[in-house]
Amino acid sequence: MNFGAVVHIIGKILLTIAAIFVLPLTVSFIYKETGQLAFFIPMAILLALGLIMTVKPVKRKNVYIGEGFLIVVLSWLLISLFGAAPFLISGAIKSPVDAVFEMVSGFTTTGSTILTDIEALPHSLLFWRSFSHWIGGMGVLVLMLALTSNKDVKTFYIMRAETPGPKADKLVSKTKYTAQILYVIYMGLTVLEIVFLLLGGMPLFDAIVTAFATAGTGGFAIKNASIAAYNSVYCEYVIGIFMLMFGVNFGMYFLLLHGRLKDIWKSEELRCYLIVVAAATVVVAFNISGIAGSTAETVRQAFFTVSSTITTTGFVCVDYALWPTASKIVIFLLMFIGSCSSSTGGGIKIIRVIILAKLGLREIKHVGSPRIVRSITFDKKVLEPSVVSGIAAYIIVYMFIVGISVLLLSFDNLTFTESISGVVTCLNNVGPGFESIGAVGNFAALSDFSKIVLCINMLLGRLELFPILALFSRSLWKV
Amino acid sequence: MNIVIIGAGKFGRTLCEHLENEGHNITVLDSDADVTERLVEEYDVMGVCGSGMNVESLYEAGAAKADIFIATTGADEINMVSALFAKKLGAKHVIARVRDPMYRKQTGFMREEMGISMMVNPEADAACEIARMIKFPAAAKLETFAKGRIEMAEVRVTADSRLCNRSLKEIGHKLRYSALICAVQRGEEVVIPNGDYILREGDRINLTAVHSELSNFLKESGIITPKIRSIMIIGGGAIGFYLAKILSESGMGVKVIEADRANCERISSSLTKTEVVCGDGTNQQVLIEEGLLSFDAVVALTGVDEENIIVSLFAKAKGVDKVITKVNNANLLPIVASLGLDSVVSPKDITANIITSYVRAKQNAQGSGVMTLYKLAGGKLEAIEFEVGKTGKYLGVKLKELRFRENLLIAGIVKRNKLVIPNGESTIEAGDRVMVVTAKRYLEDLSQIFV
Repeated sequence: MNFGAVVHIIGKILLTIAAIFVLPLTVSFIYKETGQLAFFIPMAILLALGLIMTVKPVKRKNVYIGEGFLIVVLSWLLISLFGAAPFLISGAIKSPVDAVFEMVSGFTTTGSTILTDIEALPHSLLFWRSFSHWIGGMGVLVLMLALTSNKDVKTFYIMRAETPGPKADKLVSKTKYTAQILYVIYMGLTVLEIVFLLLGGMPLFDAIVTAFATAGTGGFAIKNASIAAYNSVYCEYVIGIFMLMFGVNFGMYFLLLHGRLKDIWKSEELRCYLIVVAAATVVVAFNISGIAGSTAETVRQAFFTVSSTITTTGFVCVDYALWPTASKIVIFLLMFIGSCSSSTGGGIKIIRVIILAKLGLREIKHVGSPRIVRSITFDKKVLEPSVVSGIAAYIIVYMFIVGISVLLLSFDNLTFTESISGVVTCLNNVGPGFESIGAVGNFAALSDFSKIVLCINMLLGRLELFPILALFSRSLWKV
Repeated sequence: MNIVIIGAGKFGRTLCEHLENEGHNITVLDSDADVTERLVEEYDVMGVCGSGMNVESLYEAGAAKADIFIATTGADEINMVSALFAKKLGAKHVIARVRDPMYRKQTGFMREEMGISMMVNPEADAACEIARMIKFPAAAKLETFAKGRIEMAEVRVTADSRLCNRSLKEIGHKLRYSALICAVQRGEEVVIPNGDYILREGDRINLTAVHSELSNFLKESGIITPKIRSIMIIGGGAIGFYLAKILSESGMGVKVIEADRANCERISSSLTKTEVVCGDGTNQQVLIEEGLLSFDAVVALTGVDEENIIVSLFAKAKGVDKVITKVNNANLLPIVASLGLDSVVSPKDITANIITSYVRAKQNAQGSGVMTLYKLAGGKLEAIEFEVGKTGKYLGVKLKELRFRENLLIAGIVKRNKLVIPNGESTIEAGDRVMVVTAKRYLEDLSQIFV
């Protein structure tokens, strides 16, 4: 394990985080709030630590997959801890566990909250909460790669460990430019959403933070009633559509910028994603047609909730606890599926679901006619057996984690539904669960132990299990 | 620049390494998914899995927008065809690796009619370099500039030479020669020395001079120069074949030892003057029986680096004057140096240097362009030859009035085909060729050497 390089890169990440702190600080000055110290203190510590860690040049420059995993996990822990500091220092959140839960939920773009009265927070903290979604969505390491020069160390391992999906592809040959292009696309789409929301009459601050939460597919709102508070059909459609857009593989936008529309349509994942969204919307719409009122209202509620859930955003425009069971189950299943690979969304990811389905179908065929030989293809390309078995293993590990976490959570005397939905919503980075932790509830009542379990679940979900779990493998440390 | 490389074999990887260090955007296309994936992990490049003969794959790899396209697979035909495809798709400059001498005869046609800018042949390049080393055996390495008029030699300082334990100033006073010591390698370190630098035993010095002065320098400094008239080549692969051809054409006695009978017959049928022996060149008994001791030089060119090293050590131990070892694996080079084998060639590096200098020259079409480029001392040192352009603030100014960057040195100026060893009074004029030696610096234009 090359600790020298790990320390150096972590130092760079700390400096990046310190730079990020400038933004909420600016907000607090704009709104003439007091308590800037809450941001100054962690910022100063980050700067000092970051400078100390980066001052020494790296001797051994090799960063392999083990170092990559360690860097990713450490920086996510650190950003969550430092991110929680302003809440504690300002006294907005009293308990350290609560503050960390809130920030882990922010950076992992989950959007589960322990706050009962969100509107009481000052603007700077509200901004910081939502901005953590924006940073966490594309990834703090990808941001670091885009901002700093890393000629010395091989960085692709880091990017791959943070990017969602079974395999990360570069858009252009240099990791740094790939990271920059991703962030430019990301920023462009975010600004576009802000403009659209402003056109709908949303106040500027609200439009900005809502766009951040949409872009990261996070789901923190600054109103207690989430998006429903704005009571605007236009805004709900804008947010609904943008959520879907941020759930698409960002490589597609790169193709779009190059005018390669044909290649976009060839993407199996994108087509499947749109089909699932359409089908789920139709099913839910029919199922709730009696409850919601007019047809337009029904379609809007169904579409918004489906889009919010499959992209694992977790914005709420209606309390789906009042819906019939079938709709709730559809929502529950969508939480698992999640968005496309290399998007900002969470969940298992469409690509894995497709490949697993193909694997299942092949097995069924194989049982019926044992001599049949069939390779599994994706985007018309044959997949290596190792990729397919890797995905199968991913799901197995995923299911184990769900099982263990549900068991741990159940000791908190939650209901059956609450235990399961709490784990599923956190592991898939969605946000709201069902019943007391549902669309209109929050996670405040849980014990500290349960909150820590859920924090781990959120991090496991955002980093896609293996980077964290691999650190428990002893052979990784011996390299 | 956007560079597309087809084939991620030994040569393709070396190119990746050299060109990635220069900061280019590189895409590599290879038909083996595993190989491409490993390459992407190792270097900051993009990997595409596909065939160089498939237009769709070429398109996906960005051949249409490539500034430079290099086809380096093992098959000449694939390289030529994919180079042609890339040219048609819109690549600006295409380079193909072509090894078959039959194809190489049509280089002119390929360039003028088909638009292939350059055909490279690592094996032939390596053979040329080895032949140069044999013709000037005192130097561990020999590179040429200004179309062969100027040479840069790497010489080891021995305890009994008159260079040892003397400062460069002293050497300049005592010995009469017209050469310039432009770099010293001591252990892992590379220094561009000044006058007070004292040479020690075991240092390897790089000096530039015209050929005749180079031998003069060695005579003056008391470095013994063995005469080489007979060469034993172990391994009759492509390099061995080319080398045997060059050496026997210049009248030296050559014996090739090759294990494969069919190969032996092929060599002996086209090189009638060369003696070809079918036998295992790594077997010491065979070598002794074939008269290893009576040869002036031994060149180990088998396909396995380790075998080459062992054979070379054996020859050295038996007292052969000049031993040249082919080592492809860069990781082995420090070990090889520590074993006392200083004449080492890495075929892929030689050709990678040629392509790198081509790329740098293309990058800088105006101004003073790169003509030749060598990476020396395991890439720590670069020797670059520039052709001086028509404009530049430094033209006609005395060197002592110019301020240079650290860690570099003007090793020579060629004016009207004559080498001038530069001093403070020298000037650089348009049309001159300037040789610069630099450590740890990336140069693509002559103006970059000044502060």
